[in-house]
Amino acid sequence: MSLLSMFRRRDSAPVARERLQVLLAHERAFIGKSDLLAILQEEIIAVIAKHVSIERERVQIKLDRGDPISILEIDVEVPSAAAAAAIGEARPMMAGD
Amino acid sequence: MATVVVVTSGKGGVGKTTSTAALGAALAQSGQNVVVVDFDVGLRNLDLVMGAERRVVFDLINVVQGDAKLPQALIRDKRIDTLSLLPASQTRDKDALTAEGVTRVIGELREKFDWVICDSPAGIERGATLAMRHADTAVVVTNPEVSSVRDSDRIIGMLDSKTVKAEKGERIEKHLLLTRYDSARAARGEMLKTEDVLEILSIPLLGIIPESEQVLRASNLGTPVTIGNPNSAAAKAYFDAARRLRGETLVVKVPADPRSFMGRLFGRRAVA
Repeated sequence: MSLLSMFRRRDSAPVARERLQVLLAHERAFIGKSDLLAILQEEIIAVIAKHVSIERERVQIKLDRGDPISILEIDVEVPSAAAAAAIGEARPMMAGD
Repeated sequence: MATVVVVTSGKGGVGKTTSTAALGAALAQSGQNVVVVDFDVGLRNLDLVMGAERRVVFDLINVVQGDAKLPQALIRDKRIDTLSLLPASQTRDKDALTAEGVTRVIGELREKFDWVICDSPAGIERGATLAMRHADTAVVVTNPEVSSVRDSDRIIGMLDSKTVKAEKGERIEKHLLLTRYDSARAARGEMLKTEDVLEILSIPLLGIIPESEQVLRASNLGTPVTIGNPNSAAAKAYFDAARRLRGETLVVKVPADPRSFMGRLFGRRAVA
């Protein structure tokens, strides 16, 4: 390490402190209420499935924790009318087999 | 009236076992009747750090399952006669440790000793929850490092919800033991400072154990640092922490071992 780079080096401890403060503020709110994301995923799927036929695996739920806001991202793949009809038809047929 | 202490952290490798041995020894050296209990079933190590690995006959699981009586499993320390060890077993079956069995053993230990110090395994699984279950007081061992602080925060949450005291609506006492602390690096902004960790975790400080070669030397030799090298900085910090556990109020200092000439030059430049 050169003498210059030694003076130029930025302190990393304040970064650690800030990252921890943001992270823990969120974790304290979410952990303990069991797995918030898993619960959200189940309930959101249930609501959507009431009205649209969807496949469980095609639902993505992400939580991006940040300061000052967090983003809850729900990505639901809704099949086109034809595909939905195919899914709808396939099911009774399989049940009938 | 015995005090049950759990030494816990969530993260592994931060110094739980070393601190259990040193705090237990320090309390025993002040005349208290102490037992240190290894809850790390399958990966026992407290016996090794205490230098009693060749004297283990029966263990915690044997007592829990009724295969041995408690006095048969307790190993009396050869250096300090008020210090005993209850080793963990090396069985891979962690389910052998039952909640009822642990309750009974802790109850029996409470009658025999002033201090029952439980060395928790890492993690937040069954072993860790059983180790903290009956604690009156928790020593949360934390390194000034992000993953350790985060895991300590998780453990503090569990102490407030999963212990018998918490379930009864009572308060479990929690103390922070900051280990592997390097004041020079903290002063240079390279390491979280004590105040940072205290502010984030907001539990009272039990002590600051400086990063010290004496700690590794102690485990190499199987002698808790407070017995093997009582004048070292780490030992002084553990003695102070033990006195605080007993309720004394002491100013927290970071003891330092005398430094080499080069070390002193380096340290001075760093602090300035």
